[in-house]
Amino acid sequence: MEADFGLLLTGFLAATVRISTPLLFAATGEMLNERAGVINLGIEGAMLAGALASAIGAVAYGPWAGVLLAVMAGMAVAGLFSLVAIGAGADQIITGTAVTLAAVGLTGTIYRTAFGPGGPGLTLPTLPAVGIPGLSAIPVLGEALFSQPVLTYLAWVLVPISFWFLFRTWWGLALRAGGESAEAARASGVPVERVQVLATLVGGAMAGLAGATLVLAQVGTFAEKMTAGRGFIAIAIVVLGRRHPVGVLLAALLFGAATALQFVFQAMGLALPYQLFLVLPYALALVALAFAARARFTARRSPLTASRSDASARR
Amino acid sequence: MSPPAGRALFTGFVAVAIGFVVLAAGLSLGGYDPVLSLGALWRGAFGSWYALTSATLVRAVPLIILGLGVALAFRAGVFNIGADGQFYAGAIAAAWIGVRVAAWPSVAAIGAVLIAAVIAGMLWIAIPVLLKIRFGVLEVISTLLLNFVAEAMVSYAVTGPMQETKGIYPQSDAIALVARLPGPQGTRLHAGFLIALFLAVLLWLLFTRTAWGFRLRAVGLGPLAAEVSGRIPTRRVVAMALVWSGALAGLGGGVEISGVTYALFQNLSPGYGFTAIAVALLARLHPLGVILTGLLFGALEAGAQGMQREAGVPAVAVQVTEAVVILVIVLAEALTRRVGVGSWGLGNRRAPAEER
Amino acid sequence: MRGADFALAPGEVHALVGENGAGKSTLMHIAYGMVAPDAGSILVDGRAVKLASPRDARALRIGMVHQHFTSIGGLTVGENIALAAGRLDGWTAGVVGQRLLEGIDLDAPVEALPVAQRQRLEILKALATGAKILLLDEPTAVLAPAEVDELFALVRELVQAGGAVALITHKLPEVLAVSDRVTVLRRGMVTLHGATQEQTDQSLAQAMIGDAAAGNKEQATGDRQQTSRSGQQATVRIHNIELHAGELVGVAAVEGNGHRELLRAIAGLGPLPGVQVAGRVAFVPEDRSTEGLIPAMSITENMVLGLGDDPRWARGTRLDWSAARVRTGELLEGFGIVAPGPDVPTGTLSGGNQQKVVLARALERHPTLLVLENPTRGLDARTTGEMHRRLREAANTGVTVIVYSTDLDEVLELAERVLVVWKGEVREGPTGADRRAVGAMMLGVEPRER
Repeated sequence: MEADFGLLLTGFLAATVRISTPLLFAATGEMLNERAGVINLGIEGAMLAGALASAIGAVAYGPWAGVLLAVMAGMAVAGLFSLVAIGAGADQIITGTAVTLAAVGLTGTIYRTAFGPGGPGLTLPTLPAVGIPGLSAIPVLGEALFSQPVLTYLAWVLVPISFWFLFRTWWGLALRAGGESAEAARASGVPVERVQVLATLVGGAMAGLAGATLVLAQVGTFAEKMTAGRGFIAIAIVVLGRRHPVGVLLAALLFGAATALQFVFQAMGLALPYQLFLVLPYALALVALAFAARARFTARRSPLTASRSDASARR
Repeated sequence: MSPPAGRALFTGFVAVAIGFVVLAAGLSLGGYDPVLSLGALWRGAFGSWYALTSATLVRAVPLIILGLGVALAFRAGVFNIGADGQFYAGAIAAAWIGVRVAAWPSVAAIGAVLIAAVIAGMLWIAIPVLLKIRFGVLEVISTLLLNFVAEAMVSYAVTGPMQETKGIYPQSDAIALVARLPGPQGTRLHAGFLIALFLAVLLWLLFTRTAWGFRLRAVGLGPLAAEVSGRIPTRRVVAMALVWSGALAGLGGGVEISGVTYALFQNLSPGYGFTAIAVALLARLHPLGVILTGLLFGALEAGAQGMQREAGVPAVAVQVTEAVVILVIVLAEALTRRVGVGSWGLGNRRAPAEER
Repeated sequence: MRGADFALAPGEVHALVGENGAGKSTLMHIAYGMVAPDAGSILVDGRAVKLASPRDARALRIGMVHQHFTSIGGLTVGENIALAAGRLDGWTAGVVGQRLLEGIDLDAPVEALPVAQRQRLEILKALATGAKILLLDEPTAVLAPAEVDELFALVRELVQAGGAVALITHKLPEVLAVSDRVTVLRRGMVTLHGATQEQTDQSLAQAMIGDAAAGNKEQATGDRQQTSRSGQQATVRIHNIELHAGELVGVAAVEGNGHRELLRAIAGLGPLPGVQVAGRVAFVPEDRSTEGLIPAMSITENMVLGLGDDPRWARGTRLDWSAARVRTGELLEGFGIVAPGPDVPTGTLSGGNQQKVVLARALERHPTLLVLENPTRGLDARTTGEMHRRLREAANTGVTVIVYSTDLDEVLELAERVLVVWKGEVREGPTGADRRAVGAMMLGVEPRER
């Protein structure tokens, strides 16, 4: 019995880490965006574009070509967003929504054109799990954490890197300053728009990686609209993680765990409708948003001090 | 015509034109014959009387109703991207009631179906509204997430509790004959079209003639001034705008069930909620304009089906056109705002990062 | 700007004077590289330079302290300085700057700092970029009199250490107090230039505003009816202070001490214990473009916004726009508001005209109580005078007028009673209050009994 439980736990943890990887990529990228003062709803579209690009690249030249192509596709989508929303200053929410809409239409069209309408799923060369010698031998945790595809390790490495960048470099400070108050940051010499565009492109690249992970290291094929809102969940993860690299990591794991529960239940033989598990991440996201926003919300200003807390800190 | 309206019309035309240019360019890049494809598009929308009444006009109905809902929310400065979810909620309610009113007189049956749909839509958007009011959760994210939840609910319903008695297909039983919206013989057109037109006129009157409509616009264009100088309860106005927006989207779902499909199944909405955003923006949030833009996009979607049939172009390609239209419009608004020519009625929407 | 010369020498404090709109801010923005000049040249240390952006200015050791603080609220003090300095660690603010740092916690969030310290932070930021030439834009606008003295002492220190300071101000007493040389601008041109000690209040005012200036101040104060009011019904009660009909009351306070909450509670925007108001209230908020008006809406619509329950156009659920338009047109004439018509967006009006719209709307409510926050901010002398005249007229017709201004002199000039808010407490200033006494109260020092 214990061996069974151990197996179950290992499987659950491994699935958690695996499933959370695309979320982690996208959320880390979006965290940088939001710290810079940009909310990019287009990451859903960037992820989808990355997913398709990775499929095409993998079919043509192998999985790593797929990863590279995915990064470029993600950056292209983010580039479109930054052109309209940052370059011209258009409304970010509407632009992001439109960009995702365009990506959905574009990927659907390209997929059907390239691979035939409603044909059978592609089989793609995928990225296998790579064990880290020594560490992966640790019981339970070892297999869960250290026997993952390379992309997962990359996603985890990005966590300390983004922490170091945000809080230990001047450019990270400049990025954060631009997000807090663009006007004031500009006065201190920060090229706010340029920083925001770069942050958006990086976010797009990460979203592309997320899509590549989904296709090449998780599902193994491409289907239309396969991202199913993961990009939006990533935004919820950023909120829950308080826009902090470690918080984002933990929140992403939480969501991965919620989805991985599905397998636990299946393994235990419980027959619950699969839609329940489908809904779980979204419901969890809503609860997380409410919970995370509540703390900040209690500091809401009263109408007596409505417009600003200090007259001298205008604009 | 006043200069701003003339400018809006011009920009609208340009946006649509650019949308088609991008579509044509993309098609030729993809190896399709653009002339043939666009011709098929036209024929699918206007090529025949049947195309016009049973494709274009029919598809225009949900787009107009949802477009009105999205425009209403936009006027108050909030973004309802959850129209699809509310549409599905309304459709579920409509399909559920629709099979239970077989013994009622037709007017009552249809009324019950549509009212149920409205209430369902309002309830569905009530969740994001409450989250926004109590916890300050951005309605954009919460409505988006609930779209996926609603889709999953439909999936569950039609494969489980609401599946047809025959048990073969993942769809609900057809609603009672008395609960169906009537329409001219030989076409798929239905009275829902009249409902859409009526709602557009009603909303227009409310916006331009009533104090409520004025307060809505004030909150959308200057929430702070509305609060401080107008003593308008901004939060309440915004919440009610969202609720009514959800009501309209739910109604759209009910009308679709009662007038077109008569039963619930998955993918009932091919993204009406998102197309409705383009509908509302292109109409510059004007209810009467929504009729026109709803018809335009209805034609586009109907034509897309024809394009797929005749020229083999995936119908989903027109979503790119819709997206381009939205992008051109917000781009134009941003650029003219820079030059200081004044707002377009999209209000002082600040970047959400600042709101937090 | 029509053509002005300005020269700053090392070791001097040079005042740049003019009323709102005269062009002094523009001139300094050019000096700091924020605005490109259409003609003319900039010489630093004798060499002609081109300033494409503030970064170029900073490279030339020019620093600017803006009127509206540019500290970033979400960051700490240290981070703000590091940001300005261009390096995370290892920045320095110079000898004077080090002294400024005393008493300020680098890890404290900026929001926690009181206003005077926030201004010190602004100066520190400039010094941390290595600035030797400092441009100070209206630095005393938000300071109490004693804090102003501290600032001037600091300015002297900076100049003695080898720097140079250009002080932009419209307050003549300050010019005479601290500057070595003075340049006066009027409508974009230099009208006076020379050593400060050769100037007087009158000569500067003359150069600033022209002939109409001198007599203005004295005339204004004569207009008020001097009748005792304590017997009448109170329109406002704040703890045990009562205000009555027809009184023009001023509020003096340093930012952050609670004057905003008090005024807005009186205006009816929220409850505050101890504050009771009787009668109709009209409110003129500080920020006309975000709180007072909706720039995208027309003047008529803005009128209806603030007069939504006026029976002349509010008929149940419907609005009679033609009636509103007619009345708006009448108000435009009556208040001398320059606009093509009642249907233009208020965003297209000048600041002064916008403020007149807000005031006209407020007075149209026929209020018993009129509350105003900084009503003359950013307005030129003539419009300011008009505003003051209308406030006195309103008080004469029995309205209780409560005015807050960051300009203490304006408060004292207008009001016969002064309320001082300090750390959330309201105290009445002594009658016939003088500047020093009220200024002391603003900093919490009790006025000495005579």
